[in-house]
Amino acid sequence: MKALVAVKRVIDYNVKVRVKADNSGVDLSNTKMSINPFDEIAVEEAVRLKEAGVIDEIIVASIGPKESQEQIRAALALGADRGVLVVSDDKPYPLQVAKILKSIAEQEGTDIILLGKQAIDDDNNQTGQMLAALMGAGQGTFASEVKVEGDKVHVTREVDGGLQTVELALPAIITTDLRLNEPRYAKLPNIMKAKKKPLDEKTPADFGVEMASKQEIIKVEPPAERKAGIKVGSVDELVDKLRNEAQVI
Amino acid sequence: MAILVYAEHDNASLKKATLNTITAAKQMGDDIHVLVAGSGNQAVADEAAKAEGVSKVLLVDNAAYEHQMAETIALLVVDLAGDYSHIVAPATTTGKNFMPRVAALLDVSMLSDVTAVIDAQTFERPIYAGNATATVKTTESKVVLTVRTTGFDAAVAEGGSATVETIDNVQQSDKSSFVNEEMATSDRPELTSASIVISGGRALANGENFTKYIEPLADKLGAAVGASRAAVDAGYVPNDMQVGQTGKIVAPDLYIAAGISGAIQHLAGMKDSKIIVAINNDPESPIASVADYFLEADLFDALPELTSKV
Repeated sequence: MKALVAVKRVIDYNVKVRVKADNSGVDLSNTKMSINPFDEIAVEEAVRLKEAGVIDEIIVASIGPKESQEQIRAALALGADRGVLVVSDDKPYPLQVAKILKSIAEQEGTDIILLGKQAIDDDNNQTGQMLAALMGAGQGTFASEVKVEGDKVHVTREVDGGLQTVELALPAIITTDLRLNEPRYAKLPNIMKAKKKPLDEKTPADFGVEMASKQEIIKVEPPAERKAGIKVGSVDELVDKLRNEAQVI
Repeated sequence: MAILVYAEHDNASLKKATLNTITAAKQMGDDIHVLVAGSGNQAVADEAAKAEGVSKVLLVDNAAYEHQMAETIALLVVDLAGDYSHIVAPATTTGKNFMPRVAALLDVSMLSDVTAVIDAQTFERPIYAGNATATVKTTESKVVLTVRTTGFDAAVAEGGSATVETIDNVQQSDKSSFVNEEMATSDRPELTSASIVISGGRALANGENFTKYIEPLADKLGAAVGASRAAVDAGYVPNDMQVGQTGKIVAPDLYIAAGISGAIQHLAGMKDSKIIVAINNDPESPIASVADYFLEADLFDALPELTSKV
Protein backbone atom coordinates (compact mmCIF):
# COMPACT_ATOMS: atom_id res chain seq x y z
CA MET A 1 0.00 0.00 0.00
CA LYS A 2 1.29 3.45 -0.90
CA ALA A 3 0.77 6.72 0.93
CA LEU A 4 1.00 10.25 -0.43
CA VAL A 5 1.68 13.06 2.02
CA ALA A 6 1.46 16.71 1.03
CA VAL A 7 3.66 19.24 2.81
CA LYS A 8 3.68 23.02 2.52
CA ARG A 9 6.56 25.38 3.14
CA VAL A 10 5.31 28.00 5.60
CA ILE A 11 6.65 30.53 8.05
CA ASP A 12 7.87 28.75 11.19
CA TYR A 13 5.16 28.77 13.82
CA ASN A 14 7.52 30.38 16.35
CA VAL A 15 8.20 33.43 14.19
CA LYS A 16 6.32 36.63 14.86
CA VAL A 17 4.31 37.59 11.79
CA ARG A 18 4.82 41.08 10.39
CA VAL A 19 2.70 42.70 7.72
CA LYS A 20 4.62 44.58 5.01
CA ALA A 21 4.43 48.36 5.16
CA ASP A 22 2.74 48.54 1.74
CA ASN A 23 0.03 46.10 2.90
CA SER A 24 0.81 43.73 0.04
CA GLY A 25 1.33 40.74 2.29
CA VAL A 26 3.31 39.30 5.16
CA ASP A 27 7.06 39.90 5.26
CA LEU A 28 8.80 36.57 4.70
CA SER A 29 12.28 37.88 3.89
CA ASN A 30 15.03 36.31 6.02
CA THR A 31 12.40 34.40 7.92
CA LYS A 32 12.74 30.87 9.22
CA MET A 33 10.54 28.56 7.13
CA SER A 34 9.39 25.07 8.11
CA ILE A 35 7.02 22.28 7.21
CA ASN A 36 3.49 23.33 8.07
CA PRO A 37 3.11 21.76 11.54
CA PHE A 38 -0.12 19.94 10.67
CA ASP A 39 1.63 18.43 7.61
CA GLU A 40 4.43 17.25 9.86
CA ILE A 41 1.81 15.31 11.82
CA ALA A 42 0.65 13.82 8.50
CA VAL A 43 4.21 12.71 7.70
CA GLU A 44 4.57 11.18 11.16
CA GLU A 45 1.30 9.26 10.76
CA ALA A 46 2.42 7.87 7.40
CA VAL A 47 5.73 6.79 8.92
CA ARG A 48 3.93 5.07 11.80
CA LEU A 49 1.67 3.25 9.33
CA LYS A 50 4.80 2.15 7.49
CA GLU A 51 6.42 0.98 10.71
CA ALA A 52 3.23 -0.96 11.47
CA GLY A 53 3.56 -2.72 8.12
CA VAL A 54 0.42 -1.16 6.63
CA ILE A 55 2.20 1.13 4.18
CA ASP A 56 5.09 0.06 1.95
CA GLU A 57 6.09 3.38 0.45
CA ILE A 58 5.59 7.04 1.36
CA ILE A 59 5.72 9.71 -1.31
CA VAL A 60 5.96 13.32 -0.18
CA ALA A 61 4.73 16.06 -2.46
CA SER A 62 4.98 19.82 -2.21
CA ILE A 63 3.77 22.57 -4.50
CA GLY A 64 5.61 25.83 -4.04
CA PRO A 65 8.88 27.64 -4.61
CA LYS A 66 12.09 25.74 -5.37
CA GLU A 67 13.13 26.11 -1.72
CA SER A 68 10.28 23.78 -0.75
CA GLN A 69 12.73 20.95 -1.39
CA GLU A 70 14.02 21.72 2.13
CA GLN A 71 10.64 20.74 3.52
CA ILE A 72 10.50 17.61 1.36
CA ARG A 73 14.00 16.65 2.57
CA ALA A 74 12.85 17.21 6.15
CA ALA A 75 9.95 14.81 5.54
CA LEU A 76 12.33 12.31 3.96
CA ALA A 77 14.51 12.55 7.07
CA LEU A 78 11.46 11.65 9.16
CA GLY A 79 11.02 8.45 7.18
CA ALA A 80 9.30 9.18 3.86
CA ASP A 81 10.79 7.37 0.86
CA ARG A 82 10.82 9.81 -2.04
CA GLY A 83 9.66 13.27 -2.99
CA VAL A 84 7.90 15.14 -5.75
CA LEU A 85 8.38 18.90 -5.88
CA VAL A 86 6.07 20.84 -8.16
CA VAL A 87 7.88 24.14 -8.58
CA SER A 88 5.66 27.19 -8.76
CA ASP A 89 6.43 30.75 -7.79
CA ASP A 90 2.75 31.60 -8.01
CA LYS A 91 0.82 31.58 -4.78
CA PRO A 92 -0.54 28.06 -4.39
CA TYR A 93 -4.32 28.23 -3.95
CA PRO A 94 -6.11 25.14 -2.59
CA LEU A 95 -8.10 24.27 -5.74
CA GLN A 96 -5.01 24.32 -7.96
CA VAL A 97 -2.98 22.37 -5.40
CA ALA A 98 -5.77 19.80 -5.11
CA LYS A 99 -5.79 19.36 -8.91
CA ILE A 100 -2.05 18.68 -8.96
CA LEU A 101 -2.24 16.32 -5.98
CA LYS A 102 -5.05 14.42 -7.70
CA SER A 103 -2.81 13.78 -10.71
CA ILE A 104 0.07 12.65 -8.51
CA ALA A 105 -2.17 10.39 -6.43
CA GLU A 106 -3.65 8.78 -9.53
CA GLN A 107 -0.31 8.38 -11.30
CA GLU A 108 1.23 6.82 -8.22
CA GLY A 109 -1.83 4.78 -7.30
CA THR A 110 -1.73 5.85 -3.67
CA ASP A 111 -4.29 4.37 -1.27
CA ILE A 112 -3.99 6.79 1.60
CA ILE A 113 -3.41 10.49 1.18
CA LEU A 114 -2.52 12.47 4.26
CA LEU A 115 -2.48 16.26 4.58
CA GLY A 116 -2.49 18.72 7.44
CA LYS A 117 -5.96 20.03 8.20
CA GLN A 118 -4.78 23.50 7.26
CA ALA A 119 -1.64 25.48 6.54
CA ILE A 120 -0.76 28.03 9.19
CA ASP A 121 -0.19 30.79 6.65
CA ASP A 122 -3.45 31.07 4.69
CA ASP A 123 -5.51 29.04 7.21
CA ASN A 124 -7.80 27.86 4.42
CA ASN A 125 -8.54 24.30 5.55
CA GLN A 126 -9.67 23.36 2.02
CA THR A 127 -7.08 21.36 0.11
CA GLY A 128 -7.79 17.89 1.54
CA GLN A 129 -11.53 18.20 1.10
CA MET A 130 -11.12 19.56 -2.44
CA LEU A 131 -8.77 16.72 -3.32
CA ALA A 132 -11.28 14.19 -2.00
CA ALA A 133 -14.03 15.81 -4.07
CA LEU A 134 -11.94 15.81 -7.26
CA MET A 135 -11.01 12.16 -6.73
CA GLY A 136 -14.58 11.20 -5.81
CA ALA A 137 -13.08 9.71 -2.66
CA GLY A 138 -14.09 9.65 0.99
CA GLN A 139 -12.54 12.04 3.46
CA GLY A 140 -11.69 12.03 7.14
CA THR A 141 -10.91 15.57 8.22
CA PHE A 142 -9.56 16.72 11.63
CA ALA A 143 -8.30 13.19 12.30
CA SER A 144 -7.19 12.30 15.81
CA GLU A 145 -7.02 8.54 15.18
CA VAL A 146 -6.44 6.49 12.04
CA LYS A 147 -6.91 2.71 11.85
CA VAL A 148 -6.51 0.81 8.62
CA GLU A 149 -8.62 -2.36 8.53
CA GLY A 150 -8.28 -4.33 5.31
CA ASP A 151 -9.43 -2.15 2.46
CA LYS A 152 -11.14 0.34 4.79
CA VAL A 153 -9.84 2.99 7.10
CA HIS A 154 -11.51 4.15 10.29
CA VAL A 155 -10.90 7.79 11.06
CA THR A 156 -11.83 9.43 14.35
CA ARG A 157 -12.52 13.10 13.76
CA GLU A 158 -12.41 16.02 16.19
CA VAL A 159 -15.73 17.76 15.64
CA ASP A 160 -17.36 20.61 17.55
CA GLY A 161 -18.43 19.13 20.85
CA GLY A 162 -16.84 15.71 20.58
CA LEU A 163 -15.49 12.94 18.40
CA GLN A 164 -16.97 11.25 15.34
CA THR A 165 -15.72 8.06 13.71
CA VAL A 166 -16.24 7.39 10.02
CA GLU A 167 -15.31 4.45 7.83
CA LEU A 168 -13.80 5.25 4.46
CA ALA A 169 -13.19 3.11 1.40
CA LEU A 170 -9.67 3.32 -0.04
CA PRO A 171 -8.31 5.42 -1.58
CA ALA A 172 -9.18 7.92 1.13
CA ILE A 173 -8.05 11.39 2.09
CA ILE A 174 -7.21 12.13 5.71
CA THR A 175 -6.44 15.55 7.15
CA THR A 176 -4.66 15.66 10.46
CA ASP A 177 -5.44 17.43 13.70
CA LEU A 178 -3.07 18.05 16.60
CA ARG A 179 -3.95 15.07 18.73
CA LEU A 180 -3.23 12.47 16.05
CA ASN A 181 0.40 12.08 17.08
CA GLU A 182 3.51 13.90 18.16
CA PRO A 183 6.05 14.11 15.34
CA ARG A 184 9.51 12.74 16.09
CA TYR A 185 12.73 14.66 15.68
CA ALA A 186 14.84 13.67 12.69
CA LYS A 187 18.09 11.98 13.71
CA LEU A 188 21.30 13.19 12.12
CA PRO A 189 22.01 9.93 10.23
CA ASN A 190 18.50 10.10 8.81
CA ILE A 191 19.00 13.69 7.72
CA MET A 192 22.15 12.58 5.88
CA LYS A 193 20.33 9.62 4.32
CA ALA A 194 17.46 11.88 3.25
CA LYS A 195 19.83 13.84 1.02
CA LYS A 196 20.26 10.75 -1.14
CA LYS A 197 16.59 9.84 -1.43
CA PRO A 198 15.01 10.51 -4.85
CA LEU A 199 13.29 13.85 -5.39
CA ASP A 200 11.55 14.48 -8.71
CA GLU A 201 10.99 18.00 -9.91
CA LYS A 202 7.90 18.89 -11.89
CA THR A 203 5.94 21.96 -12.91
CA PRO A 204 2.19 22.65 -12.74
CA ALA A 205 2.18 22.50 -16.57
CA ASP A 206 3.28 18.85 -16.36
CA PHE A 207 -0.12 18.22 -14.79
CA GLY A 208 -2.00 20.59 -17.07
CA VAL A 209 -2.83 22.91 -14.17
CA GLU A 210 -2.83 26.71 -14.41
CA MET A 211 -1.91 28.23 -11.05
CA ALA A 212 -3.94 31.42 -11.59
CA SER A 213 -6.87 31.85 -9.21
CA LYS A 214 -10.00 33.95 -9.46
CA GLN A 215 -9.21 35.28 -6.02
CA GLU A 216 -7.16 38.39 -5.60
CA ILE A 217 -5.70 39.58 -2.33
CA ILE A 218 -6.34 43.30 -2.34
CA LYS A 219 -4.55 44.09 0.90
CA VAL A 220 -3.17 42.54 4.05
CA GLU A 221 -3.32 44.50 7.26
CA PRO A 222 -2.28 43.89 10.83
CA PRO A 223 -5.25 43.20 13.06
CA ALA A 224 -6.68 46.14 14.98
CA GLU A 225 -4.56 46.84 18.03
CA ARG A 226 -6.34 46.49 21.31
CA LYS A 227 -6.31 49.66 23.29
CA ALA A 228 -4.42 49.41 26.52
CA GLY A 229 -6.62 48.33 29.37
CA ILE A 230 -6.51 49.20 33.02
CA LYS A 231 -5.14 47.58 36.11
CA VAL A 232 -7.69 46.85 38.76
CA GLY A 233 -6.72 46.80 42.40
CA SER A 234 -9.03 44.15 43.79
CA VAL A 235 -11.56 41.46 42.97
CA ASP A 236 -14.32 43.85 44.09
CA GLU A 237 -13.18 46.44 41.59
CA LEU A 238 -12.97 43.80 38.86
CA VAL A 239 -16.50 42.58 39.54
CA ASP A 240 -17.76 46.16 39.53
CA LYS A 241 -16.07 46.89 36.19
CA LEU A 242 -17.41 43.72 34.58
CA ARG A 243 -20.89 44.41 35.84
CA ASN A 244 -21.23 48.14 35.33
CA GLU A 245 -18.63 49.26 32.82
CA ALA A 246 -18.24 46.31 30.44
CA GLN A 247 -21.66 44.85 31.33
CA VAL A 248 -20.58 41.33 30.47
CA ILE A 249 -21.77 39.59 33.65
CA MET B 1 -29.99 35.53 -7.59
CA ALA B 2 -30.74 34.23 -4.14
CA ILE B 3 -28.23 33.21 -1.50
CA LEU B 4 -28.16 29.73 0.00
CA VAL B 5 -27.33 29.39 3.69
CA TYR B 6 -26.53 25.95 5.02
CA ALA B 7 -28.17 25.38 8.41
CA GLU B 8 -26.09 23.95 11.24
CA HIS B 9 -28.26 21.68 13.39
CA ASP B 10 -28.43 18.34 15.15
CA ASN B 11 -31.72 17.19 13.54
CA ALA B 12 -33.59 18.46 16.61
CA SER B 13 -32.83 22.16 16.80
CA LEU B 14 -31.14 24.92 14.88
CA LYS B 15 -27.65 25.86 16.08
CA LYS B 16 -27.04 29.53 16.80
CA ALA B 17 -24.19 29.53 14.27
CA THR B 18 -26.87 29.45 11.57
CA LEU B 19 -28.29 32.78 12.78
CA ASN B 20 -24.86 34.42 12.64
CA THR B 21 -24.44 33.04 9.14
CA ILE B 22 -27.80 34.48 8.05
CA THR B 23 -26.61 37.92 9.18
CA ALA B 24 -23.45 37.54 7.08
CA ALA B 25 -25.50 36.38 4.07
CA LYS B 26 -27.82 39.41 4.39
CA GLN B 27 -24.77 41.58 3.75
CA MET B 28 -24.29 39.84 0.38
CA GLY B 29 -27.87 40.01 -0.89
CA ASP B 30 -31.55 40.13 0.04
CA ASP B 31 -33.13 36.84 -0.87
CA ILE B 32 -31.96 34.31 1.71
CA HIS B 33 -32.84 30.64 1.42
CA VAL B 34 -31.85 28.26 4.21
CA LEU B 35 -31.11 24.61 3.47
CA VAL B 36 -31.99 22.27 6.33
CA ALA B 37 -30.64 18.87 5.38
CA GLY B 38 -30.91 15.99 7.82
CA SER B 39 -33.18 13.25 9.00
CA GLY B 40 -36.30 13.75 11.11
CA ASN B 41 -35.49 17.44 10.96
CA GLN B 42 -38.87 19.08 10.34
CA ALA B 43 -38.64 20.99 13.64
CA VAL B 44 -35.34 22.51 12.54
CA ALA B 45 -36.90 23.75 9.31
CA ASP B 46 -39.79 25.30 11.24
CA GLU B 47 -37.31 27.04 13.50
CA ALA B 48 -35.28 28.32 10.53
CA ALA B 49 -38.47 29.68 8.92
CA LYS B 50 -38.96 31.96 11.94
CA ALA B 51 -35.53 33.56 11.64
CA GLU B 52 -35.72 37.15 10.54
CA GLY B 53 -34.61 37.82 6.99
CA VAL B 54 -35.15 34.31 5.61
CA SER B 55 -37.47 34.10 2.60
CA LYS B 56 -37.50 30.36 2.01
CA VAL B 57 -36.45 27.19 3.81
CA LEU B 58 -35.54 24.10 1.84
CA LEU B 59 -36.19 21.00 3.90
CA VAL B 60 -34.50 17.78 2.90
CA ASP B 61 -35.49 15.01 5.29
CA ASN B 62 -33.85 11.71 4.46
CA ALA B 63 -31.90 9.05 6.32
CA ALA B 64 -29.07 9.64 3.82
CA TYR B 65 -28.36 12.97 5.53
CA GLU B 66 -28.74 11.93 9.16
CA HIS B 67 -25.06 12.49 9.97
CA GLN B 68 -24.46 15.21 7.37
CA MET B 69 -21.55 13.35 5.85
CA ALA B 70 -19.42 15.55 3.59
CA GLU B 71 -19.60 13.13 0.66
CA THR B 72 -23.41 13.24 0.36
CA ILE B 73 -24.11 16.76 1.65
CA ALA B 74 -21.70 18.21 -0.91
CA LEU B 75 -23.53 16.40 -3.73
CA LEU B 76 -26.85 17.72 -2.43
CA VAL B 77 -25.63 21.32 -2.23
CA VAL B 78 -24.02 21.14 -5.66
CA ASP B 79 -27.30 19.81 -7.06
CA LEU B 80 -29.10 22.89 -5.70
CA ALA B 81 -26.31 25.36 -6.50
CA GLY B 82 -27.54 26.41 -9.94
CA ASP B 83 -30.12 28.78 -8.48
CA TYR B 84 -27.75 30.65 -6.20
CA SER B 85 -25.07 33.33 -6.49
CA HIS B 86 -23.59 32.58 -3.06
CA ILE B 87 -23.43 29.45 -0.94
CA VAL B 88 -22.70 30.25 2.68
CA ALA B 89 -22.12 28.00 5.69
CA PRO B 90 -20.86 28.63 9.19
CA ALA B 91 -17.17 27.79 9.69
CA THR B 92 -17.99 25.02 12.14
CA THR B 93 -16.42 21.61 11.77
CA THR B 94 -19.44 20.66 9.63
CA GLY B 95 -19.14 23.67 7.32
CA LYS B 96 -15.38 23.28 7.07
CA ASN B 97 -15.83 19.62 6.27
CA PHE B 98 -18.15 19.77 3.27
CA MET B 99 -17.91 23.28 1.78
CA PRO B 100 -14.50 22.83 0.08
CA ARG B 101 -15.99 19.71 -1.53
CA VAL B 102 -18.83 21.84 -2.87
CA ALA B 103 -16.37 24.39 -4.25
CA ALA B 104 -14.18 21.76 -5.90
CA LEU B 105 -17.16 20.00 -7.49
CA LEU B 106 -18.28 23.38 -8.88
CA ASP B 107 -14.66 24.05 -9.94
CA VAL B 108 -14.56 27.36 -8.07
CA SER B 109 -12.20 28.70 -5.41
CA MET B 110 -13.52 29.22 -1.90
CA LEU B 111 -13.14 31.63 1.01
CA SER B 112 -12.85 30.19 4.52
CA ASP B 113 -13.59 31.87 7.82
CA VAL B 114 -14.86 35.18 6.45
CA THR B 115 -15.05 37.77 9.26
CA ALA B 116 -16.43 40.77 7.33
CA VAL B 117 -18.35 41.38 4.11
CA ILE B 118 -17.16 44.42 2.14
CA ASP B 119 -19.43 43.77 -0.84
CA ALA B 120 -20.91 40.70 -2.50
CA GLN B 121 -17.53 39.77 -4.04
CA THR B 122 -15.11 41.18 -1.46
CA PHE B 123 -14.46 39.83 2.00
CA GLU B 124 -12.12 40.03 4.94
CA ARG B 125 -10.63 36.94 6.49
CA PRO B 126 -7.93 36.32 9.05
CA ILE B 127 -4.69 34.70 7.93
CA TYR B 128 -1.61 33.64 9.90
CA ALA B 129 -3.81 32.65 12.86
CA GLY B 130 -5.31 36.10 13.07
CA ASN B 131 -1.97 37.91 13.03
CA ALA B 132 -3.03 39.54 9.76
CA THR B 133 -6.29 40.29 8.00
CA ALA B 134 -6.59 39.82 4.25
CA THR B 135 -9.11 41.59 2.05
CA VAL B 136 -9.89 39.20 -0.78
CA LYS B 137 -11.89 39.85 -3.95
CA THR B 138 -13.29 36.93 -5.87
CA THR B 139 -14.45 36.96 -9.48
CA GLU B 140 -15.91 33.47 -9.38
CA SER B 141 -19.38 33.21 -10.87
CA LYS B 142 -20.51 31.41 -7.76
CA VAL B 143 -19.17 32.47 -4.38
CA VAL B 144 -18.63 29.63 -1.92
CA LEU B 145 -17.64 30.66 1.58
CA THR B 146 -17.74 29.84 5.27
CA VAL B 147 -18.13 32.57 7.87
CA ARG B 148 -16.55 32.81 11.28
CA THR B 149 -19.64 33.15 13.42
CA THR B 150 -17.96 35.40 15.98
CA GLY B 151 -17.65 38.06 13.26
CA PHE B 152 -21.42 38.50 12.85
CA ASP B 153 -24.29 39.12 15.23
CA ALA B 154 -27.01 36.49 15.32
CA ALA B 155 -30.13 37.18 13.25
CA VAL B 156 -33.27 37.53 15.33
CA ALA B 157 -34.62 34.02 15.85
CA GLU B 158 -38.31 34.95 15.98
CA GLY B 159 -40.63 37.01 13.83
CA GLY B 160 -39.87 35.75 10.34
CA SER B 161 -42.34 33.74 8.31
CA ALA B 162 -40.51 32.00 5.51
CA THR B 163 -42.16 29.29 3.48
CA VAL B 164 -40.89 25.75 4.04
CA GLU B 165 -40.45 23.82 0.83
CA THR B 166 -39.81 20.10 1.15
CA ILE B 167 -37.53 18.72 -1.50
CA ASP B 168 -36.88 15.13 -2.32
CA ASN B 169 -33.24 14.68 -3.09
CA VAL B 170 -31.28 11.60 -2.11
CA GLN B 171 -27.57 11.47 -2.73
CA GLN B 172 -25.68 8.30 -1.92
CA SER B 173 -21.98 7.63 -1.51
CA ASP B 174 -20.29 4.30 -1.01
CA LYS B 175 -17.04 6.04 -0.10
CA SER B 176 -17.83 6.76 3.50
CA SER B 177 -20.13 5.69 6.27
CA PHE B 178 -20.82 6.85 9.79
CA VAL B 179 -19.55 4.55 12.54
CA ASN B 180 -20.27 6.35 15.80
CA GLU B 181 -19.81 9.53 17.73
CA GLU B 182 -19.02 10.46 21.28
CA MET B 183 -20.24 13.90 22.09
CA ALA B 184 -18.98 15.55 25.23
CA THR B 185 -21.80 15.54 27.76
CA SER B 186 -20.66 18.63 29.60
CA ASP B 187 -23.40 20.93 30.79
CA ARG B 188 -21.11 23.81 29.98
CA PRO B 189 -21.36 25.62 26.66
CA GLU B 190 -19.09 24.63 23.81
CA LEU B 191 -15.79 26.50 23.80
CA THR B 192 -16.02 28.12 20.37
CA SER B 193 -19.60 29.35 20.77
CA ALA B 194 -19.65 30.28 24.47
CA SER B 195 -20.24 33.91 25.37
CA ILE B 196 -17.93 33.59 28.37
CA VAL B 197 -14.70 31.57 28.44
CA ILE B 198 -12.46 31.01 31.45
CA SER B 199 -9.03 29.60 30.70
CA GLY B 200 -6.32 28.36 32.97
CA GLY B 201 -2.61 28.20 32.34
CA ARG B 202 0.43 26.41 33.65
CA ALA B 203 0.20 28.36 36.89
CA LEU B 204 -2.74 26.15 37.86
CA ALA B 205 -0.03 23.52 38.52
CA ASN B 206 -2.24 20.45 38.04
CA GLY B 207 -5.54 19.14 36.71
CA GLU B 208 -7.21 19.03 40.12
CA ASN B 209 -6.79 22.78 40.42
CA PHE B 210 -8.78 23.24 37.19
CA THR B 211 -11.62 21.41 38.91
CA LYS B 212 -11.17 23.28 42.15
CA TYR B 213 -10.52 26.84 40.96
CA ILE B 214 -11.64 27.26 37.33
CA GLU B 215 -14.76 25.11 37.10
CA PRO B 216 -16.76 26.67 39.99
CA LEU B 217 -16.36 30.11 38.41
CA ALA B 218 -17.27 28.70 34.98
CA ASP B 219 -20.40 27.07 36.42
CA LYS B 220 -21.44 30.25 38.15
CA LEU B 221 -21.07 32.31 34.98
CA GLY B 222 -22.33 29.68 32.55
CA ALA B 223 -18.93 29.77 30.91
CA ALA B 224 -16.88 27.34 28.86
CA VAL B 225 -13.50 26.20 30.19
CA GLY B 226 -10.35 26.58 28.12
CA ALA B 227 -6.65 26.20 28.68
CA SER B 228 -3.34 27.39 27.36
CA ARG B 229 -1.16 25.05 25.33
CA ALA B 230 1.29 24.97 28.23
CA ALA B 231 -1.42 23.58 30.51
CA VAL B 232 -2.38 21.03 27.86
CA ASP B 233 1.22 20.02 27.21
CA ALA B 234 1.74 19.60 30.95
CA GLY B 235 -1.17 17.15 30.91
CA TYR B 236 -3.50 19.10 33.22
CA VAL B 237 -6.41 19.00 30.76
CA PRO B 238 -7.20 17.40 27.38
CA ASN B 239 -6.21 19.04 24.12
CA ASP B 240 -9.76 19.81 23.03
CA MET B 241 -9.73 22.55 25.68
CA GLN B 242 -6.77 24.29 24.09
CA VAL B 243 -7.27 27.92 23.09
CA GLY B 244 -4.65 29.23 20.71
CA GLN B 245 -3.08 29.15 17.29
CA THR B 246 -2.77 25.37 17.44
CA GLY B 247 -6.04 24.93 19.31
CA LYS B 248 -9.39 26.62 19.12
CA ILE B 249 -10.07 30.21 18.11
CA VAL B 250 -12.53 31.86 20.45
CA ALA B 251 -14.03 35.34 20.55
CA PRO B 252 -16.48 35.42 23.47
CA ASP B 253 -17.96 38.54 25.06
CA LEU B 254 -15.80 37.89 28.11
CA TYR B 255 -12.53 35.98 28.27
CA ILE B 256 -10.90 35.40 31.63
CA ALA B 257 -7.29 34.20 31.52
CA ALA B 258 -6.09 32.90 34.87
CA GLY B 259 -2.43 32.12 35.33
CA ILE B 260 -1.70 32.54 31.62
CA SER B 261 1.29 34.62 30.56
CA GLY B 262 -0.04 35.20 27.04
CA ALA B 263 2.43 33.68 24.59
CA ILE B 264 1.79 34.67 20.94
CA GLN B 265 0.35 31.22 20.37
CA HIS B 266 -2.32 31.78 23.02
CA LEU B 267 -3.09 35.39 22.09
CA ALA B 268 -3.73 34.30 18.50
CA GLY B 269 -6.62 32.21 19.73
CA MET B 270 -8.41 34.71 21.96
CA LYS B 271 -7.44 38.28 21.19
CA ASP B 272 -10.69 38.99 19.33
CA SER B 273 -12.64 38.52 22.55
CA LYS B 274 -14.72 41.60 23.39
CA ILE B 275 -13.53 41.95 26.97
CA ILE B 276 -10.36 40.29 28.23
CA VAL B 277 -9.60 39.87 31.91
CA ALA B 278 -6.21 38.61 33.01
CA ILE B 279 -5.48 37.42 36.50
CA ASN B 280 -1.89 36.63 37.34
CA ASN B 281 0.96 37.92 39.43
CA ASP B 282 3.20 39.21 36.64
CA PRO B 283 2.27 42.71 35.46
CA GLU B 284 4.95 42.42 32.74
CA SER B 285 3.36 39.37 31.13
CA PRO B 286 2.26 39.81 27.48
CA ILE B 287 -1.36 39.18 28.42
CA ALA B 288 -1.33 42.36 30.52
CA SER B 289 -0.89 44.41 27.34
CA VAL B 290 -4.03 43.02 25.71
CA ALA B 291 -6.23 42.73 28.79
CA ASP B 292 -9.00 45.27 29.34
CA TYR B 293 -8.78 44.54 33.05
CA PHE B 294 -5.63 43.21 34.62
CA LEU B 295 -5.73 41.98 38.19
CA GLU B 296 -2.32 41.43 39.67
CA ALA B 297 -3.03 38.69 42.16
CA ASP B 298 -2.38 35.10 43.09
CA LEU B 299 -5.05 33.17 41.23
CA PHE B 300 -5.47 30.73 44.11
CA ASP B 301 -6.76 33.66 46.21
CA ALA B 302 -8.46 35.66 43.48
CA LEU B 303 -10.49 32.93 41.76
CA PRO B 304 -12.41 31.75 44.86
CA GLU B 305 -13.09 35.35 45.81
CA LEU B 306 -14.26 36.15 42.30
CA THR B 307 -16.46 33.03 42.29
CA SER B 308 -18.11 34.10 45.53
CA LYS B 309 -18.74 37.65 44.32
CA VAL B 310 -20.17 37.24 40.84
